[in-house]
Amino acid sequence: MNQISLTMPRKRVAAVAIAFAATLLAACAAPGPGVPGSADATPGHGEPFRSVYVPASAPPVLFVGATVLTGDGRRIDDASVYFAEGVIRAVGTPVETAPGTRVVQAQGKWITPGLIDAHSHMGNFPVPFVAAHQDVNEFSSPNTAGVWAEHGVWPQDPAFNTARAGGITSFHVLPGSANLFGGRGVTLKNVPARTVQEMKFPGAPHGLKMACGENPKRFYGGRNQAPVSRMGNLAGHRAGWIAAQQYLDKQEKAAAGNGDPPPRDLGLETLAGVLKGEVLVHNHCYRADEMALMIDLAREFGYHPGTFHHATEAYKIADLLAETGSCAAMWADWWGFKLEAWDAIRENVAIVDAVGGCAIVHSDSSVEGQRLNQEAGKVMGAARRAGMAVSPEHAIRWLTENPARSLGIADRVGTLAPGMMADVVVWSGNPFSVYAKVEQVYIDGVLLHDRDDPATQHQTDFELGLLGAGGGR
Amino acid sequence: MSTHEGGRGAARRVALHASLCLGAMLSLQSPAAAEVIAIVGGTVETASAAGSIPGGTVLIRDGRIVAVGAEVEIPAGASRIDARGKIVTPGLVDPESILGIVEVNAEPGTVDHTVANDHFGAVLEAADAFNPRSIAIPVNRIEGVTRAIVSPTGVAGAVVVGRSAAVNLGDLGNPVDRRHVAVRVQLGEAGAAQAGGSRTAALARLREALADARDYQRHHGAWEQAARRDYGLHHFDLEALQPVLRGEMPLAVEVHRARDIEVVVQLAVEHGIRLVVIGGAEAWMVADELAAAGAAVVLDPVANLPMRFETLGATLENAARLHAAGVPIALMTPMGRGHNPRNVTQGAGVAVAHGLPWQAGLAAITASPARIFGLEGVGQLQPGFEADVVIWDGDPLEVTSYPDAVFIKGRAVPMESRQTLLRDRYMERLGLPRAR
Repeated sequence: MNQISLTMPRKRVAAVAIAFAATLLAACAAPGPGVPGSADATPGHGEPFRSVYVPASAPPVLFVGATVLTGDGRRIDDASVYFAEGVIRAVGTPVETAPGTRVVQAQGKWITPGLIDAHSHMGNFPVPFVAAHQDVNEFSSPNTAGVWAEHGVWPQDPAFNTARAGGITSFHVLPGSANLFGGRGVTLKNVPARTVQEMKFPGAPHGLKMACGENPKRFYGGRNQAPVSRMGNLAGHRAGWIAAQQYLDKQEKAAAGNGDPPPRDLGLETLAGVLKGEVLVHNHCYRADEMALMIDLAREFGYHPGTFHHATEAYKIADLLAETGSCAAMWADWWGFKLEAWDAIRENVAIVDAVGGCAIVHSDSSVEGQRLNQEAGKVMGAARRAGMAVSPEHAIRWLTENPARSLGIADRVGTLAPGMMADVVVWSGNPFSVYAKVEQVYIDGVLLHDRDDPATQHQTDFELGLLGAGGGR
Repeated sequence: MSTHEGGRGAARRVALHASLCLGAMLSLQSPAAAEVIAIVGGTVETASAAGSIPGGTVLIRDGRIVAVGAEVEIPAGASRIDARGKIVTPGLVDPESILGIVEVNAEPGTVDHTVANDHFGAVLEAADAFNPRSIAIPVNRIEGVTRAIVSPTGVAGAVVVGRSAAVNLGDLGNPVDRRHVAVRVQLGEAGAAQAGGSRTAALARLREALADARDYQRHHGAWEQAARRDYGLHHFDLEALQPVLRGEMPLAVEVHRARDIEVVVQLAVEHGIRLVVIGGAEAWMVADELAAAGAAVVLDPVANLPMRFETLGATLENAARLHAAGVPIALMTPMGRGHNPRNVTQGAGVAVAHGLPWQAGLAAITASPARIFGLEGVGQLQPGFEADVVIWDGDPLEVTSYPDAVFIKGRAVPMESRQTLLRDRYMERLGLPRAR
């Protein structure tokens, strides 16, 4: 985690984070070659299409008497949470507040960090699901590392609002999984916006979407084009990295005054970004044996294998994932729709977690993304049945701190600690109950959803006028 | 797994079989043994007019429920199962399933719910393809699903796509409870796509099918002598539609847009047909018309997004609003109709969180689907009903709850699936301790 600090130095947070990383979180936070290190020193990072997100100003808020899950494994009962100017100021004991602070009695309520969905297609596969909205897969070649998910994000996707009503405050939008190299993913804040730049999480690293297994070989094999087999998948991956190494090599030589830099190439730029540790790998991969191959692939080319997405067989190699420092972003119970999803089990997330790995519950769905808390609840029930009881304060990490680490933003969001962005969810009760309701959502301290106040419930342009009288999602 | 008190009796019996999974499976083939089981002390949620019975007893004999109540005399020699602190419900009935007619969606050889040509339509029977040995069945029955309405979902070029079957998830000797419980139709966007691209064409196809089926029935002799006009459908299909015309079986129509629902309600009334709306994302907008026509709705309780232009009015309150208007509802599983019918409980919980009364939520995944599809003696804890019983370790609609024991026709189901075997294999491999 200390390796992925971005633009805002937060020493206290970092200290906590490092201590934490030394224990349970070592798995994900282990400094791998792919973890970006020095965005501070490279102000130009992310410069094209840069974030113009600026939170609105909002009065300071103090919650009193709540049950707080801090997101890093702690639970504090009868606790206060205080934030001002978009930043968490205090968690736990009462503190001195600024004049004008809104004080909220929150007895019986639970407060968690804003949830983070590590795998979303909101915006680039928006609803309605119509042909005009298919901006998730650039099906034109198995290597489209040069495309950027943010160029296909429609800020009027109604799913942003329902996700916010489910507590999602940040999320990573990935290109689809048809291609070996799908392109760059982008991390967004779940704020109403007119443009994607107004949603971009400031300073968050880009992701590189990779895919193994059935999807690339099925799609291109069906066109009688490489890859046709899993062998072809790996050959395609390796060819991509070889080219990226050469590209980077030329760039570095040119920088040292040795020859001309290579002509700019968007795809190689992305892959070279991974080799330089500036872009984080997000790898769609189901089977245990294939994840192991992808880990070796990363070793061959000297980058960190990053996060495995879907990872339905992560439980079979939970030890290897922990050792590698790779997170696994998983569903609670999707299975059987493809052969590579045939061996999924409900305890997958809990087993990855139990051996000290970085376990994430993700959605890949604008339906499930509205209730990641319930998905985690199903895992908790299954885990208990299997003799691995998981407490709420621990399970919340699957939805907060761990995805934040996967996305390289754990020094800014994912935990409730002084200095962190004030992304806060107030729940009607234990969030892992099917009956729990998100009562309020704050993003950077701004109230953007209040269940009891329709005026706060944003409607996208698309939704205006859609529902009849008595409507509401 | 069934280490809780409540499941002790069942657990012991199951343990005898559990050493050999196959043995346990085979035991389900034989007819229910002549034994008496008393499930005592639990909160019995009957999903019937009797409502909730705290500290109740469910008495099972020969695969049927013989008594339910607070004061039930337990015969000597009955196996007692202590369900104190537990919740006892009917087995879950998945109202909108492709369980057992798909194994792996992406492998066409294992997929039987869709057809790529329109040689047949209404005559297609989910019952013929249902595989009671599907790997997905134990996965779902150990989480409380004991019955399912299994339906064909599409025929290229047709709007009448086959007949739904009622199946159970435990009796290998008799897996199909009723071969035909509904004739399935697609209208709206899906139907239009099969009929040339317009709703008008899809409706014309349906009207033609109904008119032809009636004509075929009335003039069957003439048809046999080739002295009757040609029909748009195969005569097998026309035969298959007869029970619908006689009002013996509902027409189950997949349709979403409020106006599309109104049109099909009108058509059903004109023809004297019983209607079940499948999907019905905007059904709440025409709830009164549905109630007046006596139509039921099988809906997805988590469908709140405008996924298509025909579902722009989708809302999490669909179930609650329909129920309040007096429309019978059943709740389908949220996502994963082939593999995760077990999530009907989560969906019902979401509906309850959004205004559906809890008892109605439970009924919408037990008694109500049985009633909508005409299954008698299933879906409630009532004397005379088949003994599909689930003992839960908590609120059955809660995502963290799991069954301690599941009975189908009075037989305890082995609490094991391929997924629990995989789990146990790898937990052992990783050195993770396991509480038993």
